[in-house]
Amino acid sequence: MSPPTRVVGRPYEKVDAAAKVTGQTRFADDLVLPRMLHCKLLRSRRTHAILRRVDVSRAAALPGVLAIATGRDLPIPFGILPVSQDEHALCLDRVRFVGDPISAVAALDEETANEALALIEVDYEDLPTIASIEQAVETPFPRIHDYGDRDNFHKLVSMEFGDVEEGFARAEKIYDDLFFYEGNTHLPLEQHAALADLGPDGKLTLWSSTQTPHYVHRALAKVLEMPAARIRVIATPNGGGFGGKSDPFNHEIVVAHLSRVTGRPVKICLTREEVFYCHRGRHPILMRARTGVRRDGSITAMHFQTVLDGGAYGSYGVASTYYSGALQTVTYPVPVYRFDGARVFTNKPPCGPKRGHGTPQPRFALEAQLDKIAVDLGFDPAAMRLSHLQPPSSITANFLRIGSMGLGACIEKVVAASGWKERRGRLPRGRGLGIACSSYICGAGLPIYWNAMPQSGVQLKLDRSGGVTVFCGSTDIGQGSDSVLAYVVAEVLGIDPFDIRVVTADTDLTPVDLGSYSSRVTLMTGNAALQAAERAREMLVAAAGEKLEIPGSRVALAEGRVFDVEDPDKGLSFVDAVIAAESKFGTIGTVGSYTPPPSAGRYRGAGVGPSPAYSYSAAVVEVDVDPATGIYTVPKIWIAHDVGKCINPVLVIGQVEGSVYMGLGEAMMEEMAYRDDVNGNVMHKAPSMLEYKSPTTLEMPEVVTLLVEDPDPNGPFGAKEVGQGPLLPIPPAVANAVFDAVGVRIDEIPVTPEKIARALKARAAGQPARVGPASFPTIPYPDAVRIPTPAEGGDGRARDLAATGAGGVRKADR
Amino acid sequence: MLRLPRFRYFVPRTISEATAMKADSGSGSVFVAGGTDLYPNMKRRQQTPAAVISIGGLPELRAVDFSGDGVAIGAGAILSDLENDSRIREAYPGLAHAIAEISTPLLRNMGTIGGNLLLDTRCNYYDQNFEWRQAIDFCMKKDGQICWVAPGSPRCLAVQSADSVPVLIALKARVLLVSAADRREIPLEDLYRNDGIDYATRKPEELLTAVWIPRPDGWRAAYRKLRRRGSFDFPVLSVGAAVRREGPRVEEARIVLGGVASAPLRLTDAEERLKGRPLDEDSIRDAADAAARPSRPMDNTDFSFLWRKEMTKKYVASALRALTGAEGGRG
Amino acid sequence: MAPSNDFLRSKSSISLHVNGEPVEVSFASYKTLLEVLREDLQLTGTKHGCELGECGACAVLVDGRPVLSCLVLGLACQGRAVETVEGMASASGLHPLQKTFAELGAAQCGYCTPGFLLTAQALLDANPSPTFRQIQEALAGNICRCTGYIKIYEAVELAAARLRGEDASPRRETLYGTDFDDSGLLPVLDAGNGSRATSGSETAAVLRGQPDRKTENEKPDGREPR
Ligand SMILES: Cc1cc2nc3c(=O)[nH]c(=O)nc-3n(C[C@H](O)[C@H](O)[C@H](O)COP(=O)(O)OP(=O)(O)OC[C@H]3O[C@@H](n4cnc5c(N)ncnc54)[C@H](O)[C@@H]3O)c2cc1C
Ligand code: SF4
Ligand code: FES
Ligand code: FES
Repeated sequence: MSPPTRVVGRPYEKVDAAAKVTGQTRFADDLVLPRMLHCKLLRSRRTHAILRRVDVSRAAALPGVLAIATGRDLPIPFGILPVSQDEHALCLDRVRFVGDPISAVAALDEETANEALALIEVDYEDLPTIASIEQAVETPFPRIHDYGDRDNFHKLVSMEFGDVEEGFARAEKIYDDLFFYEGNTHLPLEQHAALADLGPDGKLTLWSSTQTPHYVHRALAKVLEMPAARIRVIATPNGGGFGGKSDPFNHEIVVAHLSRVTGRPVKICLTREEVFYCHRGRHPILMRARTGVRRDGSITAMHFQTVLDGGAYGSYGVASTYYSGALQTVTYPVPVYRFDGARVFTNKPPCGPKRGHGTPQPRFALEAQLDKIAVDLGFDPAAMRLSHLQPPSSITANFLRIGSMGLGACIEKVVAASGWKERRGRLPRGRGLGIACSSYICGAGLPIYWNAMPQSGVQLKLDRSGGVTVFCGSTDIGQGSDSVLAYVVAEVLGIDPFDIRVVTADTDLTPVDLGSYSSRVTLMTGNAALQAAERAREMLVAAAGEKLEIPGSRVALAEGRVFDVEDPDKGLSFVDAVIAAESKFGTIGTVGSYTPPPSAGRYRGAGVGPSPAYSYSAAVVEVDVDPATGIYTVPKIWIAHDVGKCINPVLVIGQVEGSVYMGLGEAMMEEMAYRDDVNGNVMHKAPSMLEYKSPTTLEMPEVVTLLVEDPDPNGPFGAKEVGQGPLLPIPPAVANAVFDAVGVRIDEIPVTPEKIARALKARAAGQPARVGPASFPTIPYPDAVRIPTPAEGGDGRARDLAATGAGGVRKADR
Repeated sequence: MLRLPRFRYFVPRTISEATAMKADSGSGSVFVAGGTDLYPNMKRRQQTPAAVISIGGLPELRAVDFSGDGVAIGAGAILSDLENDSRIREAYPGLAHAIAEISTPLLRNMGTIGGNLLLDTRCNYYDQNFEWRQAIDFCMKKDGQICWVAPGSPRCLAVQSADSVPVLIALKARVLLVSAADRREIPLEDLYRNDGIDYATRKPEELLTAVWIPRPDGWRAAYRKLRRRGSFDFPVLSVGAAVRREGPRVEEARIVLGGVASAPLRLTDAEERLKGRPLDEDSIRDAADAAARPSRPMDNTDFSFLWRKEMTKKYVASALRALTGAEGGRG
Repeated sequence: MAPSNDFLRSKSSISLHVNGEPVEVSFASYKTLLEVLREDLQLTGTKHGCELGECGACAVLVDGRPVLSCLVLGLACQGRAVETVEGMASASGLHPLQKTFAELGAAQCGYCTPGFLLTAQALLDANPSPTFRQIQEALAGNICRCTGYIKIYEAVELAAARLRGEDASPRRETLYGTDFDDSGLLPVLDAGNGSRATSGSETAAVLRGQPDRKTENEKPDGREPR
């Protein structure tokens, strides 16, 4: 058992809670600077076109307009991944979706900026448009980008772990199913905003609602051609992010440029419609799952194929493509595994990372298919999962190292709490229960820019006032990462977390943390903070030990005191201990940093999937379906999550409930829906809060949260992630519950009443009781890279193809 | 931040001042009550009036007067006040329910019954920001030439979406229209025209001052609304049904569909099928069957129009069942 | 679009009460209350997520009723009393709703929070003992993307109890979930804001039997030996 703790594990308030409930938190759009200008972007009104002419002369002449920029002013491309630097701050000569920014105005007020936009003249020369995966596959030309694996395929990958044919040969039954998961978006309540100020000293400051100040910093330096050391990026508290604010964005670069041109602060706040155009949300993914099983329900082989609808730009897409296949192996043993993935470009807002990045879609396919398998083989779906769990401290066929693994406990808890065994199959007509499980990474093993530097850094300052300040580049997007830093430091130093000051997300003041994405923050900054705090503790122990004339091993820190464990009355106040330490060592500052353990895989693509630890969840969803209409409600959800260790249980539960909410929205109603060919355009159907259906209080079911603590050796105090994982089981559990209720399979997310009604009708007409994709297009996946599994004695590298005779050339495997 | 366009703003103190201001300011001016329909439309530049005359604060328009033969509800009455008015809940529970289904609690604290009756028709090619509509080169309803929903259509097919209307028509409500020069009272039904652009027969200079509902006298009404979420969303199919029974038999029935055409749609065939019969599963099934044919939703709202059409039967049946008392009587 | 002309650009001024204080403010006459509060009165606690009545982030109280400030014309507020989140706390401290929202983590990103707080305040002013269903219905015009609303309901229920004078504390499941094993926690009770509990000797007793944490966690830079 892990040592008992004092702060860690308790439901403290967040350190920024008081500011948030009093309206004092300053979000990006709340910032105002003297002489501040307002920026608006002119966005493309055509879906796919060459820009023949952009004439800003009339707009520039409008009184109150101080500067206008077009693509020529900022010709250097950028993008979050080094391999897809395919965006421009303003389109250079080509627009790729309705909403692509073309020009930017800085004016005295927003109204004038808007009037100026109306005066900008743009001549477009239309190109053919691509609205869907099918169209992209069928349309090799024109290419939306002139880079990428071929035609309009941004990425094509194929890897085979072990002898998959042999695995299928061992199967007693093979299941082959198609699934589709529609795209959806983050819909953070705060619209993106940014404020740039280039001071008279030539230094640039950008405040922005970004989850990744570090990457914005890089993009600014690159596009503006300024030394990074002269740029300061401050991430303001995010009014919701969910992955939607983790790319560097056009508008951030544009306001920085306009501030440089005008010498005045320039602010932009996007409209809700523009937020839909920024998107970077869930990729629509078409999936084919072929799974071989034995009669006991164990998997002998899996072949999983995906095609992602990427939208108009790369964004995180290459990583998303790998993620759509990477985590199929971490919940139930898959001895041999083949994954083929593809991402296409389409003329729609770019997709990227949304909560669960690339994994909710394949998880839906896997868990829905397992449900079919269980029914077909006559197993209880919960029991079948329980009897085939990936063991802890193991390694998967694709070389992911599993540490702690609490899925079994999760399943047992939701089964017990939901009355699964007693109630399933005995509910009244139209009622049903469905189960699904999942797992998620706690940070990516490899950083986006491969280097040997830490992914997370923390500095700690203690001074004679007794004040403790934590500096860290991490960004609080509502998940409570600032608070986690305070709790960890408070735990180690034996002080109250509210006595600690937390300074975060400021590239001038704080050491680099890569950002709030991939559920990396608690684990990575937590470890860095722990290390910095332990180092400070050592100094306090040494100084206090000297003062108290006892050996360091007898010194304890707790409750704001530093004292003798053997004689607790003998001790110093924390302040006096710091004074003693400052007297002994000089100014006190310590650092901590964190780099994840190296991953076991050495093959190309092995960068996606490895993580210091994996969280696990299981959920049971109850549905109530009206068979006459297909309309259904979700009265209750039971969810168990293995978080390793709760740094703060009330925040953990908040993340679980929020994930359940978002997963349920995706499962039931949220959709990025488009209309094709309206005036020759591909139009977002309704980019508004009203028509993008985010569940209200009236849709949110009762949620029973059960926390499982299976501490992971790599987590601070054993902690693993909770921000994303608990979303994953919800969509498949909903689909499985609908099957249990009315006997139809909806192999497509969202599960809408219309689809249920259609499936019920099909069944009544003697057709298969299913709604889902009917076919999978022919994708030119490359020859699979063969990687022998650990069980086959593989060392994590791809097999030399020459040796197999499969190809003459040894493929680079990094 | 989406902002309103510039406009002149007038605040009359009486009805006659309001109608006089309207007469003076001409066709470029509009009335505003709660503004929950007008202001979003103005922010999206669907409407760009030169002047706005605010009648929301007129005390004369707020009154709810019960008299011997019915109730006169001032057009400026706030929806949440009506929803919570115990007399209305008592006498017209179907109406109170329909009002409670409008938008959200916050919006119902602002919106008025008059504004609801005159709510603009809706279409998801139209209820979009200026820039979005610019990209489709607009549509017939505003700034454009064709109808994207049915490019061959000579008229706009935007959808009647006000929740209070079907029940009120079912209850034989009448409305009072007052202008500087004139004053007339018409059945609420006659306020509407099946034209997405020119959807109301109200003359531009007329102020709607009140809606009058006859005494229930044995009438009971129910409302059913199809939408994605339990809040915020407009109806994409709705049913207001009212029956008057003598003994077990239906003496008279009025069934009105909303959300499937540019005007509320009376289902006279369905009404006929109920007459003289007890309100039971048989008669309800007959009436519901008759309801399906005239319901012709178009592809311009949430949900697929085919499914909305299919749902017509179920929703009509459900509304009627509520009147038998079999569905919890949530009339 | 309307041409800019000087008359229309000119400002109008009104007087009203904001958070109990008389205020005179002048602003471009087409501005909504939301813009006036944020831009002309620097009260940026009121948020905006759509400006079209579709999210509830901008809710404030006008004459005690919760309304959407993005759809209220500034000029229509002449003589009215407006309350924003900035006015909820008093000299005696946070409003009980603010306290419980903080305590239970009902404010995650905090962006929807002002709108929820004011809507909930109006509910509790009118109905001190709302049922769970009444709370859900009253809050059905506010979207929160972070919390799933559950902590918000719990915070409203807890604040309602405290406003009724009950000595209420959060339910155990609210803080720890159902069926939580807390055997690894030191016996510090009541971990609310700023609490300190147990005596040094109690702690010492536990600490004495405790392995040195350092050996468990300290890996240089978190790297595993290669
Ligand atoms: C997010 C959102 C969701 C909504 N959901 C629904 C819904 O589910 N169901 C629904 O029915 N409505 C809905 N609405 C629309 C609206 O809130 C209501 O219809 C409301 O009742 C309108 O009343 P109002 O007083 O605010 O109208 P206003 O905006 O003030 O006026 C509406 C129209 O009527 C005219 N008008 C108003 N009063 C008079 C009068 N006395 N005489 C002459 N003309 C007048 C105005 O000129 C304007 O054209 C929604 C609105 C929003 C923003
Ligand atoms: S129905 Fe046709 S004309 Fe009317 S608003 Fe819709 S697209 Fe425009
Ligand atoms: S800003 Fe969304 S409702 Fe007002
Ligand atoms: S706390 Fe983030 S939107 Fe509610």
